[in-house]
Amino acid sequence: MTFTPDTFYALIAAVLFAGFVAVTLLGAIVAVAARSLVRNVTGLALSFLGLAGLYYFLHSPFLALMQILIYVGAICVTIMFAMMLAELHEETRSWFMTILTGVGSFVAACAFAIPLILLVRRSSWMPAPAAQVNIGSIEDLGRALLTRYGFAFELISVVLLLAILGALAVARSGRKPNS
Amino acid sequence: MNFIHLSEQLNVYLMIGALLFAIGIFGFLKHRTLVGMLISGELILAGASLNFMAFGHFRAADPITGQAFTLFIIGIAAAEAAIALSIMIAVYRNYRSIETRDLKEMEG
Repeated sequence: MTFTPDTFYALIAAVLFAGFVAVTLLGAIVAVAARSLVRNVTGLALSFLGLAGLYYFLHSPFLALMQILIYVGAICVTIMFAMMLAELHEETRSWFMTILTGVGSFVAACAFAIPLILLVRRSSWMPAPAAQVNIGSIEDLGRALLTRYGFAFELISVVLLLAILGALAVARSGRKPNS
Repeated sequence: MNFIHLSEQLNVYLMIGALLFAIGIFGFLKHRTLVGMLISGELILAGASLNFMAFGHFRAADPITGQAFTLFIIGIAAAEAAIALSIMIAVYRNYRSIETRDLKEMEG
């Protein structure tokens, strides 16, 4: 392999990609395997950061930014906030039950993962299209959201409004004035 | 299929999505608190969105399809997290616990 700037850039991109994959998977493992809930949420944020990097490699920088903004910036912070508000923590269990649940969950997860990975390896997907109708830029995305996906877009905004109102109503009910 | 071109292959993304999904299932079964289950649910959704993004980028004539679908998934997940967390706070206020084991009495 000759050493030209192009191969150098490709190498840097490949190393970055491997780093994003590692961050995504390791963060996900921390998010489910760590004992304390604060570490779980931190692992989730790390995993979503890696996922945003993967979205960037899929040529959609807008989605990568939205992933960071909404998941890392809003959802993880909200989970952390709710945990501090309600002093949520996991109860410690006997080591026997911990190991038993861990092994059982691992077996169940493998029962999902192994067939899925075999399916991915074995199947031959339909060939890639000869030409794509656009390059998937932010401009194209905005135009599609306001024309073809306009109805779904409006419905999502109604869902979000109802979720805000519902969250307020549920969290307020049962709250005593002086407690 | 060498290391340099790993980021240009559909199967790599699909496997990462499958692994995220499986890790989410693992966490969903392992955790006994509502917050742990919510976190695992978010991981499952992330695996699904990565699949949509990968297929949209590599196999769709219109690459916007995958991006729009993932954007909708993000919106739904945000609504779901807000509702789930408010329910958790309400449950904690009544039971002083969010262990799923303790939430077994119903009224009515």
